[in-house]
Amino acid sequence: MKIPVSYSFRNLWTRRLTTVFTASGMALVVFVFASILMLSEGLKKTLVETGSYDNVVVIRKSAGSEVQSGIERFPASLVETQPEIAMGPDGQRLVAKELVVLINLQKRGGSKPGQVVIRGITGNSLILRPQVRLIKGRLPRPGSSELMAGMSIAKRFQGAGFGETLRFSMRDWKIVGVFDAGNSGFTSEIWGDVDQLMQSFRRPVYSSILFQLRTSSEFAKVKARIENDPRLTLEAKRETKYYADQSEMMAKFLRILGMSLTVIFSFGAVIGAMITMYASVSNRTAEIGTLRALGFQRRNILYSFIIEAMLLGVTGGCTGLFFASFLQLFTISTLNFQTFSELAFSFTLTFEIVYKSILFSLIMGLVGGVLPAVRAARMNIVEALREG
Amino acid sequence: MSIIKLLYRNTLRHKLRTFLTILGLTIAILAFGLLRTVVSAWYAGVEASSASRLITRNAISLVFTLPASYKEKIRQIEGVETVSWGNWFGGIYIDEKNFFANFAVDPKTYLKLYPEFILTPEEKLAFFRDRKGAVAGRKVAERFHWKIGDIITLRGTIFPGNWDFVLRGIYRGRYPATDETQFFFNWEYLNESMKKISPRRADQIGFYIEGLKDPDRAAEVAAAIDASFKNSIMETLTETEKAFQLGFVSMTEAIVIAIRLVSFVVIIIIMAVVANTMAMSARERTGEYAVFKTLGFGKWHIAGLIFGESFFITMTGCALGILTTFPAAKAFGDAMSAFLPIFHVSRQTIYLDVVAAVIVAVVAAIIPTYRSVNIRIAEGLRKIT
Repeated sequence: MKIPVSYSFRNLWTRRLTTVFTASGMALVVFVFASILMLSEGLKKTLVETGSYDNVVVIRKSAGSEVQSGIERFPASLVETQPEIAMGPDGQRLVAKELVVLINLQKRGGSKPGQVVIRGITGNSLILRPQVRLIKGRLPRPGSSELMAGMSIAKRFQGAGFGETLRFSMRDWKIVGVFDAGNSGFTSEIWGDVDQLMQSFRRPVYSSILFQLRTSSEFAKVKARIENDPRLTLEAKRETKYYADQSEMMAKFLRILGMSLTVIFSFGAVIGAMITMYASVSNRTAEIGTLRALGFQRRNILYSFIIEAMLLGVTGGCTGLFFASFLQLFTISTLNFQTFSELAFSFTLTFEIVYKSILFSLIMGLVGGVLPAVRAARMNIVEALREG
Repeated sequence: MSIIKLLYRNTLRHKLRTFLTILGLTIAILAFGLLRTVVSAWYAGVEASSASRLITRNAISLVFTLPASYKEKIRQIEGVETVSWGNWFGGIYIDEKNFFANFAVDPKTYLKLYPEFILTPEEKLAFFRDRKGAVAGRKVAERFHWKIGDIITLRGTIFPGNWDFVLRGIYRGRYPATDETQFFFNWEYLNESMKKISPRRADQIGFYIEGLKDPDRAAEVAAAIDASFKNSIMETLTETEKAFQLGFVSMTEAIVIAIRLVSFVVIIIIMAVVANTMAMSARERTGEYAVFKTLGFGKWHIAGLIFGESFFITMTGCALGILTTFPAAKAFGDAMSAFLPIFHVSRQTIYLDVVAAVIVAVVAAIIPTYRSVNIRIAEGLRKIT
């Protein structure tokens, strides 16, 4: 015969104050746990959507990122003639020789600086990145001092909004368009004509060369050829790999922070649950004696208390998750240490995070409840009945 | 009757519960202290920077350099005493994991502007004489077991190739806040090599550092420097070293805010745990409190009992937490020295620990006190837990 779950439920209800305290402690832990998972997921999503698997990025050997890299015109033209490069609809090679530099801009509503990526593009750049969509205005005309800004830059930086003007390198640059690139990192960039930007920055080198592979499997071949060519000191990476490497440090930082916080916090919450459950057991000594006298097994008592603890955990877990889900409305924008540029990503809730958080809260309840439940189950009937 | 004795006995009545609560508090205070120290480590660069030094860089961004010819022009500006210059080298030692800051600098002027880097006169002389010479901070040298005279090879990320340096000195910091994880070498070595490899990039300087005659005139001098290069191809941006460092920190503000928030969450979690303990203790003793009231003890007495117990628990936890913070910070600081070069627990952090513990103690005691004080005697005596 089993003790009904409603018994556990009612016990929690009777000691409302204690239940609220314990569950809210757990809710906060689950909140932090879920929010860090959501942040990592957001970062991952941003990265995955930034690169495409069939694209190859070529940068100077051991430069690490486009910003540090530099490729002269002659080596660039050698890369451009590789036979593995795919052909576009007009029969042109799908190659984009780009310039990537950082510029300082002021954030709106204050004088806080930010470093923004400005990318010099060619016509093919847009074909190679199908996720980029113009949402306002038009594309910058080649050969003119015109730019288009990513949505999150247009919103947050002074002079980067639609129709506004940025001034750098002794020129005024008009923002003629705003583009959206979904969750990808391009949303945090400004794009303009590569030749104009190279000229005005007095920097006659490209930063990177991006091309699409004719067939995905030919990557190893073209990589080997580029890297072994004695005339070139370049390296080639798949675009997806390139962007994952870019924020490796950030991802690692989030992981370490998340793990250590979760461990420390859950310790506190488990202790809270344990205190509550011990009290719950000792308050009900006589009750437990009665139940045993009525013929309930030790096992039933054990399960009943464990279920109570897990109910406590799951209440906290659901509350924490409920509040964490509102975080999806926020976007985090910070400096990526590796590229020294702004990177914006948002909290992303997935089904996996939901189930992980609930599981986590159940485990916290279980760990906190096991020892008290064992104590309850091991009570001697006669002694228990005599108490109270 | 000694109230202290009663408090003590009350606290120890449920040994396991008290122990668990104190343990929870110790962990929470430890976590709070560590997180606060991480935040202050973030600002360490700002704290250590001087207001009497100016930094001049390309107005577009740090990626762009300035011509070497600017140094003479800057030297002529009223109020500037010493001009030094350097480049961020961004070299990698064996693997990317071994990150430390490395610069090419002009040795004599740089060491003159940074008196907080202490080298012996012999080390200084050896560094000035050797074009391939380099100086490393004590912490980096310890981390990689470098000795003076060792040859260190860095792989250039911005300046291609492998670069060999001879370690000519290991500097110590004058103050605890001085960064001892830097590595710098002779700018001439970089420049002469660039003249051979890529002449377009020779005679280019990443940043100028100016020492001032009168630190009070920093703003004026900075404006004068920027004005003299206005409307040129390479415009400059000059600010005090402090403002320059603060600019970096403010870009990572989101992370600092997150850590701050989390440090408060820790306190709220433990608040819930302690409040729970106090609520349970007070509920169990409802009958006793009623007896106290019958005997003529006032409300304040009962409030004192509950608050006293709450303070006893939190203060014990707080003291243990603070004691464990120091070894934990040492271990954590050593593990993270690549990211956070300066990691020491400040006095302010300790004060904050105590303040947090007091707040927890008070908040945890309020509801149980209110309930116990306001219950009627007859009801209290009748109440079964």
